Amino acid sequence: MSSVLAFLEINTRVTPQEITRLSWEAMAAAHTLAAGLDLPVDLALVAYPGNPIFATIHGKAPRTVYAIDHTLLHAYTSDAYVAAYAQLIEKVKPAYVIFPHTYQVRDFAPRLATRFNEVLISDVTGIDPTPAHGHPGATFVRQLLQGKLNATYHHPGTGPCFVSVQAGAFRADTAEGGDTTIEPFLPTLEAAHIRVHPGEPFRAAAQTVDLGSASILVSVGRGIKEEANLPLVQELATALGAELAASRPICDNGWLPMDRQVGSSGQTVAPRVYIAIGISGAIQHLVGMKGSQCIVAINKDENAPIFEVADYGIIGDLFDIVPALTAAVRNSGT
Amino acid sequence: MKIIVAIKQVPERDARIRISPGAKWIDLQDVEFALNESDAYALEEALLLKEANGGEVIVISAGPERVGRTIREALAKGADRAIHIESADEDELAGYDALGVARLLAAATKDEQPDLVLTGLQSDDLGLGQTGVILAELLNLPHATLILKIEKTDNGLKVLRELEDGWFQHLELPIPALLTIQSGNTKLRYATLMGIKKAKTKEVRTVSVADLVAADPALKAAPVVELEEVLLPSKQRTTQLLTGTPAEAAAKLVEKLRFEVRAI
Repeated sequence: MSSVLAFLEINTRVTPQEITRLSWEAMAAAHTLAAGLDLPVDLALVAYPGNPIFATIHGKAPRTVYAIDHTLLHAYTSDAYVAAYAQLIEKVKPAYVIFPHTYQVRDFAPRLATRFNEVLISDVTGIDPTPAHGHPGATFVRQLLQGKLNATYHHPGTGPCFVSVQAGAFRADTAEGGDTTIEPFLPTLEAAHIRVHPGEPFRAAAQTVDLGSASILVSVGRGIKEEANLPLVQELATALGAELAASRPICDNGWLPMDRQVGSSGQTVAPRVYIAIGISGAIQHLVGMKGSQCIVAINKDENAPIFEVADYGIIGDLFDIVPALTAAVRNSGT
Repeated sequence: MKIIVAIKQVPERDARIRISPGAKWIDLQDVEFALNESDAYALEEALLLKEANGGEVIVISAGPERVGRTIREALAKGADRAIHIESADEDELAGYDALGVARLLAAATKDEQPDLVLTGLQSDDLGLGQTGVILAELLNLPHATLILKIEKTDNGLKVLRELEDGWFQHLELPIPALLTIQSGNTKLRYATLMGIKKAKTKEVRTVSVADLVAADPALKAAPVVELEEVLLPSKQRTTQLLTGTPAEAAAKLVEKLRFEVRAI
């Protein structure tokens, strides 16, 4: 029988290990899809069957949870994951395979899909399970051109439809009881087939700034043009009692240390106020800050994607607006 | 080392977005094109490896005639020669999904036997982030993604991979291999005048999509995933635009932050 199979991911870099937030969102996406198509949901994760992590699975009850177990899966490699996941997919024969769109999934899922002559529909922000436009099956929404354009996709292929969902696009289900069977799945893997040899993950430098605890963040992007212009935003941050943050290009240039970077490769933040200055709002940045309670965008491009998530916007030259804003904050006596 | 770098020409970051008739893509009239950002870093890594270890850098790109300009820029920066998979028009490659495009790339490079294939992490236009990884599977090469640094070792490569939340990891893999490169780890070079001059005489082998399909009918477009239509994004929040002179807009924002958000 056809089904929706969602693969969950475990964060092994925290103690105790936990199923990632993105995985809960992927599970919610799987349930949305399955409810519309009247299919059962199965889950799968790499863990030994007695792992206490299974007790943490909440949300709508799946039909089966597969515990994919093999010593060659303890450290992630694309070769072993592709082989193990392919074997489970061949056994379960799902109509849809859902992943959280994480760095790890981006590493192996396109290869896994290719093994089935399929193509991953990656970084999906919306799912409509009802057949439309004369195509059977679901329609998926993705972002193009760094978030400036949306596109709908469908799957005319005959094999399983592979989908990865963007962080924050689906709301994780709240707890709901239900009976679930945990079924061990032992893939056949050979060490000789694993060509990539991973080292231990490490953090480059000790985090000296905890952006997560700041109530106001003043964040700066490409629009600042040069390092010499940074004092402009630093002064605003000081006037507001805020921490200074940045988008990736600023940290890549070495203008600010990496631990001030917000986005998928940096920190995820949700302050009371996030002021984005000269930040266009590429997807990789938005996933790190769109949970902020109030978002202010200052940008000269009125079509910049940052305005899609902003509560307040000022369209104009940051070199005029930021000094005016610093002055206004100082005058207001805060 | 013989290195192939797959590059893509994409609309400039600040290109004006107007949906084209048929709603399959944007209107390309007046749109400027540029080399995809992470592909520029892939090219830079290839040139650095060549400088350190010797060898050859070959760029490959698929697209209509306009792509020739981006190929010449890569040659001017120091690539030795190029392969251009030329599409008949703007629409021909749109009929292919990522697997189809990767198959074309594999077919056009099948006689090259490279030691290393590099691509950018993802394109700034379609953002699929898959072409390199799919190509690795088609060529049966080991691969790694989100790579920041490449070092040649006695028996292969040692690479630095970016993980999430400020974590990193070293990986070792044998060659031949395929890597997708993350932006930002090095400074990109500019083409020198000498480089631009030399580029004019470097070899660009052009092969049309039709030629590849004629040689292997399995390369005909047969997408398993199709783009239905493009549309402008709907806003996730209602944005109140604060207008006026910079001082007026700033004063309005301070008032909002103080009395509505109550954050200052």
